[in-house]
Amino acid sequence: MTHLARSRLVGWRLLQAIPVIVGIIIVSFLLTRALPGDPAAYFAGPAADAASIEQIRVSMGLDRPLPVQFVAYVQDLVRGDLGISISTGQPVMHELTTRLPASLELTGVALLFSIAIAMPLGILAATRPNSWVDHLCRAVVTAGVSLPTFFTGLALIYVFYYLLGWSPSPMGRLDFLHLSPPKVTGFYVIDALLARDLETARAALAQLLLPAITLGLFTLAPIARMTRAAMLQILEGEFIRTARAAGLPRRQVLFTYALRNAILPVITTLGMVFSFALGANVLVEKVFSWPGIGSYAVEALVVSDYAAVQGFVLTMALLFVTLNLIIDVIYTLVDPRLGLEE
Amino acid sequence: MNRREFLKGTSVLTAGAACLPFLKVMPAQAGGNETLVVVMGSTINSLDIHRSGTNRPSYQVAVNCYDRLLTFGTKTLEDGSLSYDYDNLQGELAESWEVSEDGRTLTFTLREATFWDGRPVTAQDVKWSFDRAVTLGGFPTTQMAAGSTTSPEQFEAVDERTFRITLPHASKLTLPNLTTPIAIVINSELALEHATDDDPWATEYLHRNPAGSGAFQVERWEPGQQLVYRRNPDWASGELPGAERIILREVPSASTRRALLERGNIQLSQDVPPRDAMELDAHPDVAVVSTPIENCLHVLCPNLRFEPFQDVRVRQAIAWAVPYEAIMQNAAYGRGVPMWGGDNSTPDDIQWPQPFPYRTNLDRARALMAESDYPDGFEVPLSFDLGQADWAESTALLIQEALGQIGITVTLDRIPGANWRTRALVDKQLPLHLENFGGWLNTPCYYFFWAYIEGNLFNSSNYHSDEIARLVDETLFMEMDDPDYAPKIRRMIEIAFEDVPRIPLYQPTLNVAMQPNIDGYTFWYHRQLDQRVLHSR
Repeated sequence: MTHLARSRLVGWRLLQAIPVIVGIIIVSFLLTRALPGDPAAYFAGPAADAASIEQIRVSMGLDRPLPVQFVAYVQDLVRGDLGISISTGQPVMHELTTRLPASLELTGVALLFSIAIAMPLGILAATRPNSWVDHLCRAVVTAGVSLPTFFTGLALIYVFYYLLGWSPSPMGRLDFLHLSPPKVTGFYVIDALLARDLETARAALAQLLLPAITLGLFTLAPIARMTRAAMLQILEGEFIRTARAAGLPRRQVLFTYALRNAILPVITTLGMVFSFALGANVLVEKVFSWPGIGSYAVEALVVSDYAAVQGFVLTMALLFVTLNLIIDVIYTLVDPRLGLEE
Repeated sequence: MNRREFLKGTSVLTAGAACLPFLKVMPAQAGGNETLVVVMGSTINSLDIHRSGTNRPSYQVAVNCYDRLLTFGTKTLEDGSLSYDYDNLQGELAESWEVSEDGRTLTFTLREATFWDGRPVTAQDVKWSFDRAVTLGGFPTTQMAAGSTTSPEQFEAVDERTFRITLPHASKLTLPNLTTPIAIVINSELALEHATDDDPWATEYLHRNPAGSGAFQVERWEPGQQLVYRRNPDWASGELPGAERIILREVPSASTRRALLERGNIQLSQDVPPRDAMELDAHPDVAVVSTPIENCLHVLCPNLRFEPFQDVRVRQAIAWAVPYEAIMQNAAYGRGVPMWGGDNSTPDDIQWPQPFPYRTNLDRARALMAESDYPDGFEVPLSFDLGQADWAESTALLIQEALGQIGITVTLDRIPGANWRTRALVDKQLPLHLENFGGWLNTPCYYFFWAYIEGNLFNSSNYHSDEIARLVDETLFMEMDDPDYAPKIRRMIEIAFEDVPRIPLYQPTLNVAMQPNIDGYTFWYHRQLDQRVLHSR
């Protein structure tokens, strides 16, 4: 696929994303309003009376008709203002830019961990079906999905922090001795390295390890399953038989021909797992006091914090669009046939 | 695996073990005398208690960073733990105060104190801060009204160090109300520098930047993660805090908080759930303090808007059917004060709360049901707040089972925290529900005012009694040593015994767990952690 064709694909995809995002803005606005509960009464405090609840309602702008509220929301959005989250008292934009990197860092490392285990495991299992490796793969996968993440998390804390003392205290991204590194990317490990502060980078990495393994154990199941299934299917293909018959080395058959063809569904799965894990690791975040985006969204939802919920949904939507785009571009890199369909 | 590979493996393990001491160095340093690490499960969302939307955990910033005019002294409870003393009012920013003959003019003389930026605290600052509290609306205004202070005209800065409050009528609640976290004194000049036309009370600025004269300053605030207090060496309104720096970390999971405390990485854990408190108590290296929360009750509320509950015999039948002992063991894990099994249907004293004259007696409950207009029973949903599930869930299950035995079919209705206030307290539509109001000001009339007067927020049973309404009206501002006070309160409690629109289950406790070498922890009615008195031995 030529360079031009690829940038056309990217442009076309971005164009397609616009109606999706407009739809999401409208739906998230309406859905948050449809939530039961009255944020004004909730935020008026423990001993408020009807008059003070009304005061809060006016100050939150909730006394105005819905279309007026929506227009105001869109106007703010155009200026890049996502509003102020009432439950945390911070601008939503600020919260998302500090919490999203925390989640991305955790999910990214978790995914690297699970790829490092799941892909070799899946390939080995596919090349030796029904051998002990295959059974091991099956056992790991089953255990990974069936153990709830909070349980794995607590068990890991109990063993590695409480009993052995190898892991630092599970208190979030850094323990209380280290100050957060100057913000460049928002990823603590990278920022600390950029600031040439090895000590903090090491501490941030140490904090990251247990939660990333917890999350990784959960996400490796779909990756391993998908790798195994795709490899099995490809390995039965005629071109593999031809390659083997032609006496190509085993390594070349496996990695150059089989894996390259099997990798497409695996990449799709990776994309899905990544975006799923980003929003769904609330329990891991809770157990490890990780200031991520999942727990932020859930707490905002529970107290009907409109601005925060809308900001979260919008961010996730943008993230999905970007992720899908990246995956599509990777497809064309991996399999040149895909680009020709246009 | 051959021998060589095995040896290689073990040497890797040994190398790993060699790293251990380095990892352990850090927590040991943190445990020094100068810095205390405290964890809590909730999040601080503002540094300004007057702002609308500021949540309850944030009140502790007002307690630790600001001064009030008055405070309470300390007393030692029966179990040796410390508590504030409602009967011992003391000056904080006020050096002395005078109450006029008719009780309607209160004059305060301020001590020589300075704000953190070095500016002296003046009566003008007090006036500005109180004006702010009564003007901004919402909770601060409601709380100020409890002390009969509702408008800025009532506050007067007479001179630099003299401040005066004028009241429409004398009230015993005004002085205690000045000790609440709401009645803080703010550096008005600094705040006004950041005020705008849209925001004349500088809520945007004070939301992130406290400006007080209190014992601690906020050194660092990362919402959702931590808040770091640093001691103010020039604090004039009390004894200098023992800790130079206090790191308050947010750790949402109760199990993680527990592991941190047991491992000795932190010094104190706030708001420990009853079950953890019970188990930590057995741990040799952890000290647990459980203090009954004054003027607070966990109650079962039959709503009089639901027709069967208009029959007092039905309400009494429920009060006889509730499995009090089982609730105490399974919901409160023994950490509470029984509020059942009183001997007398007329109270001997005005102590509040005090045990109601009911105990679990299903025969008596069935007899009352048979006499009532609903001998065949009825169906009713029992609602509770999911945010309170740690005690409410098991309590509701036990009540469901017990009421089933007297012919009342109960279904459980779990309501998410955000909807709870609206449905239970504002709309007051829940037929049967669990409620946990506690009054900050520790007088029985104050509790009755909020919980037994029709239309008031915590009367979620929609109960009305002409006599209680009259008695509350007469006693709310009356001095407690007035000879008329005690008989009126006793009568009030007697009616509450008889009518049971709120069936008390038990008085809950506030549980705090800490390292055994931490001294000075003091219980406060506002349930916030007073960091100023903590120190390690």
